Amino acid sequence: METENNNKPNIIEISELNKWYGDFHALKNINMSVKEGEIIVVCGPSGSGKSTLIRCVNFLEKFQEGNIVVSGTELTDDAQKIRKIRSEVAMVFQHFNLFPHLTIVDNLTLAPIWVHNETKEEAREKALKFLERVDIKEQAEKYPNQLSGGQQQRVAIARSLCTSPKIMLFDEPTSALDPEMISEVLDVMVELAKGGITMICVTHEMGFARKMANRIIFMDEGQIVEENDPINFFKNPESDRLQLFLSQILTHDE
Amino acid sequence: MAINELQSARKPPTTQIGAILWLRTNLFSSWINGLLTFASLYLLFISIPPLLDWMFLSANFNFGTVNILGFDIKFSEVMADNDSCGKEAACWPFIFEKIYMFIYGFYPREEVWRPDVFYGLTALLILIVRLVKNYKYKNRVILSMIVTYPIVSYILIAGGFGLLPVVETHQWGGLLLTLIIASVGIIISFPIGVVLALGRQSDLRVIKLFSTLFIEFIRAVPLITILFMASFVLPLFLESGTNFDKLLRALIGIALFQAAYFAEVVRGGLQAIPKGQYEAADAVGLSYFQKNALIILPQALKISIPNIVGSSISLFKDTTLVLIIGLMDMLAMVNMTSQDIYWLGRETEGYVFVTIVFWVILYSMSRYSRKLEIRFNTENKD
Amino acid sequence: MKQQNILSQLKGLTFRELLYNNEARAFFFQAATFLLIAGLFYTIIGNLFDNIEARGIHTGFSFLKNRAGFDILPFLGNYLQDYTPESSNLTVFYVGLINTLIVAFVGIILATVLGLFIGIARLSNNYLVAKLAGGYIELFRNIPVLLQIFFWYNIFINIFPHPKKSFNFFDMVFLNQRGLYLPKPIVEDGFLLVIMAFVVGIIMTVFMKRYFKKKHDETGVYTRTIGYSTLLVIGLPAIFFLLLGSPLHFDFAVLGKFNLKGGMQIVPEFIALTFALSVYTATYIAEAIRSGIEAVDKGQKEAAAAIGLTQTQSLKLIVLPQALRVAIPPTINQYLNLTKNSSLATAIGYPELMGAFGGTVLNQVGQAVEILGMAMLVYLFISLCISLLLNIINKRMAIPER
Repeated sequence: METENNNKPNIIEISELNKWYGDFHALKNINMSVKEGEIIVVCGPSGSGKSTLIRCVNFLEKFQEGNIVVSGTELTDDAQKIRKIRSEVAMVFQHFNLFPHLTIVDNLTLAPIWVHNETKEEAREKALKFLERVDIKEQAEKYPNQLSGGQQQRVAIARSLCTSPKIMLFDEPTSALDPEMISEVLDVMVELAKGGITMICVTHEMGFARKMANRIIFMDEGQIVEENDPINFFKNPESDRLQLFLSQILTHDE
Repeated sequence: MAINELQSARKPPTTQIGAILWLRTNLFSSWINGLLTFASLYLLFISIPPLLDWMFLSANFNFGTVNILGFDIKFSEVMADNDSCGKEAACWPFIFEKIYMFIYGFYPREEVWRPDVFYGLTALLILIVRLVKNYKYKNRVILSMIVTYPIVSYILIAGGFGLLPVVETHQWGGLLLTLIIASVGIIISFPIGVVLALGRQSDLRVIKLFSTLFIEFIRAVPLITILFMASFVLPLFLESGTNFDKLLRALIGIALFQAAYFAEVVRGGLQAIPKGQYEAADAVGLSYFQKNALIILPQALKISIPNIVGSSISLFKDTTLVLIIGLMDMLAMVNMTSQDIYWLGRETEGYVFVTIVFWVILYSMSRYSRKLEIRFNTENKD
Repeated sequence: MKQQNILSQLKGLTFRELLYNNEARAFFFQAATFLLIAGLFYTIIGNLFDNIEARGIHTGFSFLKNRAGFDILPFLGNYLQDYTPESSNLTVFYVGLINTLIVAFVGIILATVLGLFIGIARLSNNYLVAKLAGGYIELFRNIPVLLQIFFWYNIFINIFPHPKKSFNFFDMVFLNQRGLYLPKPIVEDGFLLVIMAFVVGIIMTVFMKRYFKKKHDETGVYTRTIGYSTLLVIGLPAIFFLLLGSPLHFDFAVLGKFNLKGGMQIVPEFIALTFALSVYTATYIAEAIRSGIEAVDKGQKEAAAAIGLTQTQSLKLIVLPQALRVAIPPTINQYLNLTKNSSLATAIGYPELMGAFGGTVLNQVGQAVEILGMAMLVYLFISLCISLLLNIINKRMAIPER
């Protein structure tokens, strides 16, 4: 898998990225690149800037310095470019953020109809296909609040697939879920990863990271502290901070 | 340890149930409570019987012979006049004689079917809104009615367009005018209010500033000052020679006034929408207008409905103020009809009558708003 | 900072980039709005001057110095400003302002007392009392307040008796169609000392409370202060009052042949207005009080009882502080509403700001822009004061949360 990816071009390039919230320096000189089809897991303690980082990639957060190039388009505060990037980069949120006033299927067809000018018929057909893929087709006419957390998150994944994105961003997709629902969401994510889509996941699910990630990135205090392939990441953590983090997170896991 | 056998439920001791218990816990739980009960009973005793006596028992109902739906109903030989009524109790023949003015103002009698149809339409609108509650396309139905209702009503009441004889606005009055001012005020001010609310929540500083200034200024001053402004100053703001209707001026004043209040209500709804909804809408690539029209406003407006109804109730009460700038609403009609030299001194009957009309309308509106609130509160807990 | 150097940020962009740049769009959109509104103001103010000139209306504030030339209902503001028709329009403004403030002040006190009473009664465990309070609220909040003002005014004018047949309460208070006649207090020399004694009593009470609180904090010994407080606040002035030979007398109204003579007449316009406003506003205050008390979680009372507080302590230390936090902001908002609604007085001819100044003077002078502008500024100022008060209270009462 590794060698396969090495030949592919970079789909995301981030260089010298700096972001402040007021006086707070949230991201410090971030440099990273992601190749097409790569699965990246970003982890780190809370407040380390990992969510902020991936939210910069689809411009949910503005940044002050540095640049991000997503599939050849440089991110600037330009309405057309943002629209283009957002149609290629999909995002799955911690709290699902489904639209509670729309049915499941309407949640899925919204962006295809209004952003990508698809007809209602096509959009619906495609939506049902994706719902089937996340194994939730029979709930299509229900409203989000009638579903369990795990089901809602699977719908959210299906929603982000509907715009046929090249890249998917996951912002702690399992941390708002009850324990028994985590695996159903992870299963869907594993299926997606096998399908060859580029993914950046902010998550604490180390099992998923170990099994699926090409690279794991550890962030702390707004910086990338360490970056490695899964085997070495867990076996030979170099920095003290990563060792501490792993010891805290893994004691409960194993 | 021995295992206890399953026990069957017993009835409570008999002293603890029944009417005596109810009286005891609810009215006489302590000597203070007993005292309060007697005080309340006394209050009811000195207020209710005289009121009933004035309104019904000793009141005069001599309407003469009245034709109701083709049946002649004879209340008395002749209709009572002011003198034969006496002063001790209500003289309802006064209301009976003036009721046309209370309900239609100076609307030409031969055209009375038009306000009647308007009243019917209004009732139908309310009925449909309540019936389509669970219908799939209810939003579309309600929206199309909100658009057509004012247009149809305007053509019906004002006439013109070669369809119906024109009835000038100064002939509109009474309940008809009250309803027109309230409904037009609500329908015009609502979209303005939504725009102002979005403006106040906007990231664009100039727009936020203007919206905030407008809203806060309007909310700081009494409606009367705005009505006076609309009535005296507004004409001065326009190209000289533009002459426009007194009612229209009042409506502009009321609409601007109400827009500021609606804006605050809608803003409350907007603030209740979680940030995640904005982010998800951004993330799927919707534009600012799509985001607000498809995601944010539908949710924000829905949770604001009880407060929107509440604010509409206030507007309905405030319509009475137009009499101060000389429009003849229902309350103004009482003041006017009681100047009739044949019916001098019958203000009380007039006020009681319009009180009942207003109270019934406003009470049903507030009941409806409270019902919605309870429904939304339970829905949100799911 | 970003806004300032927006132009330098945008310098290097091509036209296409400029068209889609969000910062540029925001800038142009705001500039357009600003120009639109400025243009609107420019047009209407231009029209305003044209119209004023064409109609020969005066401008400026010199009308304030002119002779008013009309009578004002002889009451409060009128007396305080020694108003005569020879007085200036500015005096009318002051008379109106004073009358507005007095109606607002009296109305707020009455509405608060009534609202508090009804709000608590609404939650009474006495079925009849709770239902009566509920009925009161439903009845009076669903009738337009202007209608209520007319109604009570009408009761005076048309229902209450001629002065000859006044309702007589112990020969002290009389009620008839001309209003309410109360004993008029006549202050003699030395009464000022009694008032000063009263103030001193209050100040001493405050210090005493502080002392006992400190004692409670340091030694744990709690002292009941209610007895001492009463003694200081009521007893001290009473002693002075008696020592100085009762320097306060009352002039009672006396029933003459056709009219009442003497006493202090409170005109029906004032009573109808204040009564209607208080009764109406009290319904909202009652609801605020009720929701405040209901907002306190039941668990709070249980927790208070569980740590051994008495009922009174639980009310004073746990329930009320939390209930007031919810009840006070809407109550203060109602104070503002009552003040604004006092402008309805113009409908029954009570000479407050909008009645005397915004009404009569406006009709005579015709300078609507200046006159309404002044009136609006007064209300704006009152609103600002009340919002400021509200902000201070909210800040003080805010419970820190994470």
